[in-house]
Amino acid sequence: MAEASESADPSKSGGLIGWIDQRFPLTKLWKEHVAEYYAPKNFNFWYYFGSLALFVLVNQLITGIFLTMNYKPSSAEAFSSVEYIMRDVDWGWLIRYLHSTGASAFFIVVYLHMFRALLYGSHRKPRELLWIFGCLIFLLLMAEAFMGYVLPWGNMSFWGAQVIVSLFGSLPVIGGGLVEWIRGDYVIADATLNRFFALHVAALPLALVFLVIAHVMALHQVGSNNPDGIDAKKHKDAQGHYLDAIPFHPYYTVKDLVGLTGFLLIFCAVIFFAPTFGGLFLEAPNFEPANPLQTPPHIAPVWYFTPFYAMLRAVPSFAGTQVWGVLVMGAAIVVLFFVPWLDRSPVLSIRYRGPLYKIALAIFSVSFIVLGVCGLKPPAGIYPTLAKICTGLYFAFFLLMPWYTKLDSVKPVPERVTGHA
Amino acid sequence: MSDQVDYSRRRLLTAATVGTGAIGVAFVAVPFLASWEPSARAKALGAPVEVDASKLEVGQMLKVVWRGQPVFIVRRSKAVIDQLGGHDDELADPKSLDSLQPDYIKGASRARNPEYWVGLAVCTHLGCSPLGAFEPNNATQLAGTDLGQGWPGGFYCPCHGSKYDISGRVFKGMPAPKNLTVPAYAFSGGARISIGVDEAPKTAPI
Repeated sequence: MAEASESADPSKSGGLIGWIDQRFPLTKLWKEHVAEYYAPKNFNFWYYFGSLALFVLVNQLITGIFLTMNYKPSSAEAFSSVEYIMRDVDWGWLIRYLHSTGASAFFIVVYLHMFRALLYGSHRKPRELLWIFGCLIFLLLMAEAFMGYVLPWGNMSFWGAQVIVSLFGSLPVIGGGLVEWIRGDYVIADATLNRFFALHVAALPLALVFLVIAHVMALHQVGSNNPDGIDAKKHKDAQGHYLDAIPFHPYYTVKDLVGLTGFLLIFCAVIFFAPTFGGLFLEAPNFEPANPLQTPPHIAPVWYFTPFYAMLRAVPSFAGTQVWGVLVMGAAIVVLFFVPWLDRSPVLSIRYRGPLYKIALAIFSVSFIVLGVCGLKPPAGIYPTLAKICTGLYFAFFLLMPWYTKLDSVKPVPERVTGHA
Repeated sequence: MSDQVDYSRRRLLTAATVGTGAIGVAFVAVPFLASWEPSARAKALGAPVEVDASKLEVGQMLKVVWRGQPVFIVRRSKAVIDQLGGHDDELADPKSLDSLQPDYIKGASRARNPEYWVGLAVCTHLGCSPLGAFEPNNATQLAGTDLGQGWPGGFYCPCHGSKYDISGRVFKGMPAPKNLTVPAYAFSGGARISIGVDEAPKTAPI
């Protein structure tokens, strides 16, 4: 056949691999995505978080599968089945804490991964679609985490779900019917728990895995960005080897293993010594069963939602509806999708940008963290004001971006990637 | 048969096939989407609830469950009822024009019988359950918040700090946009309250 002479190695190699390669592009895929995927040689600390996110995803999938073996998705049994896993199932506590701590770790890793993109302009042309896939993953991850938090059917699960599902009720005209449709009852009930379970363990993970594959394929189509934000594949030596790019395997597989080791040290320390992390990863009211007649004295979502929750609360009701806060919260996510086009700087990396972008990114980062703190605190004292200011700053970062990135001074971009090698 | 391909005919047939298929998919989606509606059992459990509030003392509150939602029944003293109209200027919607209640719920008392206030214990902000603090003019501490000296008695939502008066009317500048919702209810002799119906059943159930 014609293909046989064209792709020399796979069909020529003998043995089992050769047999497989004639029937499935095993060697081809390995080379394309691992052994001969050339990545810039100047990756730094910030480039750990992509592979770490993949690791945490696998952790969630495996521990999640084992949790479903003992979990009962009904309002009568859910809470006690989680306690059963914690107390009676051999090593159940470890599997559950790996999953619950993994959820928080996922968001830490993903937030840092996204921050990396803002640092080095990884969302800019030609990586816009890569960024959009990433934003979709972030969105799905929030839905997945929210539904997962409902499953233990603790009192915070119940009231958290009540608050979040009610958000849809503020939409004009369709709101009431939509909320009833989501809940499958007149309140958060057994039907709600059961369908959230189905979405959490089947529909959303499938979609997540699919999107992660699309994210990696898009990355490998355009090539990785790097801390200098320049094309690392521009220069080749006389033999045609890239001067600034190295194969992902073994160079970055080994580097990422070092990152993974560091990550696991912290991750395991949390699992073994502080699995609730002082009420941040698992909230105290969730250790009592759901009680529809008793709202916990203070409802706060898990920490990774609090920046958006603070924005929701920062907007007062107006014209007889609280839909504005919901719209602002939604816009805070939607605006992320447009970052590749809002950024008008001629350079990608923060290394060659002027002070305006550096100040803007610093203010944005601080505002995001302050919003996170505001979302955890009761809406009293200084926090509502602080949340209003930081909501403004959050949006200013994005909406003023076309201007300050254009006005900003830039430094000359190097021809080759820089490093301390 | 000619060798010429009629592209416009091909496009039309392709579009017609895709369109027919899409309509089929839309119809098939209906049962799946409709399966998320409250089931027949959930609807049956949404039937009216009968409560005997006669044992309720003045200043006390009863919490009953109707359609899985908590409902407050508060017995108010005459002094509290008389001062209900006195703080209209502090309220966001004193006449309950923008709030949800049956047509027969009117005025400052927002009740069929001013002595008994019935309303959903569901904050109109995001659905938390407010707490009761019925003692007026008392620097009441509730959920870590000082309700203030001028507190006329009412409800306080611990989630986001919305305050309501004892008729469930929300104060100005609160996260909650509306007054507490009043469900349909009816008295059937004395203090027997049927929640979920506009008229009391003719024969009281056992």
